[in-house]
Amino acid sequence: MAKTGTIGDTIFRTILIIFASTILLIVVAMIYMMAVNSMPTIRAFGISFLTGSDWKPASNIFGALPFIFGTVVSSLIALIIAVPISLGIAIFLVEQAPKKLATPISFMVELLAAIPSVVYGLWGIFVLAPFLVNYLGPFLQTYLGWLPLFEGSPKGTGMMLTGGIIMAIMVTPIITAVVRDVLEVVPTTQREAALALGATQWETTKIVLGNAASGIAGAIVLGLGRALGETMAVTMVIGNSPSISASLFDPAHTIASVLAANFPEATDEMYLSALIEMGLVLFLVTFIVNGLAKLLVAKVAKDSGTAKAT
Amino acid sequence: MNESVHNRRKLVSKIMTTVTAACAIFAVSILLIILAYITIRGAASINWEFITSVPKPALDGGGGIGNAILGSAIMTVLASLIGLPIGIGAGVYLAEFGDNWFGSLVRFVSDTLIGVPSIIVGIFIYTLLVLPMGGASGFAGSVALSIIMIPIVARTTEEMIRLVPKSMREGALALGAPQWRVTWNIVMPAALSGIATGAILAIARISGETAPLLFTALNSRFFNYYIDEPMSSLTVQIYNFATGPFPNEQQMAWAASLILVGLILIINILVRILTRKKF
Repeated sequence: MAKTGTIGDTIFRTILIIFASTILLIVVAMIYMMAVNSMPTIRAFGISFLTGSDWKPASNIFGALPFIFGTVVSSLIALIIAVPISLGIAIFLVEQAPKKLATPISFMVELLAAIPSVVYGLWGIFVLAPFLVNYLGPFLQTYLGWLPLFEGSPKGTGMMLTGGIIMAIMVTPIITAVVRDVLEVVPTTQREAALALGATQWETTKIVLGNAASGIAGAIVLGLGRALGETMAVTMVIGNSPSISASLFDPAHTIASVLAANFPEATDEMYLSALIEMGLVLFLVTFIVNGLAKLLVAKVAKDSGTAKAT
Repeated sequence: MNESVHNRRKLVSKIMTTVTAACAIFAVSILLIILAYITIRGAASINWEFITSVPKPALDGGGGIGNAILGSAIMTVLASLIGLPIGIGAGVYLAEFGDNWFGSLVRFVSDTLIGVPSIIVGIFIYTLLVLPMGGASGFAGSVALSIIMIPIVARTTEEMIRLVPKSMREGALALGAPQWRVTWNIVMPAALSGIATGAILAIARISGETAPLLFTALNSRFFNYYIDEPMSSLTVQIYNFATGPFPNEQQMAWAASLILVGLILIINILVRILTRKKF
């Protein structure tokens, strides 16, 4: 009787280990398959693939710099907009709003993350882009047109600014959720101590924010990871042009968007290899960024001595 | 003097409260604006023909997204059949046996895999299945979706199983039940509703994915019941319609979005209502 138990245990455990190993296997296979399939361009271009600024698939010239530039700049725009707003929402939800109000607002912000990327793209093309071209763009042009950032006129067919803003909307719920969890882990006694010493609500919040700093950093890094890889919505609004321009009114391209837009047409071996190599780069970067975010968020949970928010 | 400093501090505090509230209102407004656009622009063209027929040539008018709905349904079901057992199994392992280096590794890799852009999964499956099989297929699309699902399901399953009180395990073990019996017959049933919730949310998540399907399942203008052929999906159909030049197809993109977002939101809201009573 006891024997069947141990045999059963062994079988059961082995099956579960196989399932758990599948996750590791997927990641290893991903790296392997992408590395193998990007060998032609890795061999041909080496590191200059990442630093070259010319992208001419027809003449077999592949420089990924315009896409790296577009990815980094659009993600920065997204974070500049999304971080303060997300912090504001999270502070409001945890520190200020009564629970009756916080619960539905929290849920509604979460729903923003449930809307599919392609639907954001559709909305971006037909609502956000015209709004930027007709209202926000001219406004920025009039008052900040002397900055190289807002040179030229905004383009409804796609521009960096639209891509950055749509990304900002999409990463806001993600950053908000993590910051909210992190703030909730900060012990109530810290708030009570600050209030008892005569601190105002905002001064108390600042102390709480200070203690949650590494978790907030983790939330921002997580948002960055999401922004770097955001694909469909960005492909639909950023203009898909591999150029490096200081003006946010000019069309741009990101690594994710060139993959979505040009992968189907890449039948040539070198072209396909170049795109897969960019996929590999994006994969490694987001993998590292997400790992970093997780470590930062886990630190807060550890410091506060609880197991939450991992 | 002291009084004025005090007043200023109070004023700053009030202003900041207003600012944070404004941030919350702003985010909620964006959600409502997007939902309003989808509803208003999409509702007009939803009718029986739209949800049951295939797309007609552009500019002909009429036609629908029946094949896309069917394709999404087939691929989501198939992805769940592959992804749920693996994800749930991995989650059970992490919760019941995963307090060691291997468990930590799987946990860490799962969390980072969740954040990997879904287009990368599309490329991976393209190199793994589409190239060797000589073409895109509904099957390749389903596998891509299942890969997105597995780490999500694994982590929610783990969380749900960890919620089951230790005393239940100890009670069963004390009665002489082997470990696997305890997990299978006591712990998993107790966590069942939580695991199911996580699974349903993961299904909602993959039903909105476009990028992994773009070059694995491609698209099709016909009803297709065979998973070894290119298969249409709601999301890829929305992408193609929205980025195309034809107003009637763009209109269909709005209507298809309404159906898709409607389904996803209903699932999310139902899960929320059902779980609120328990936790």
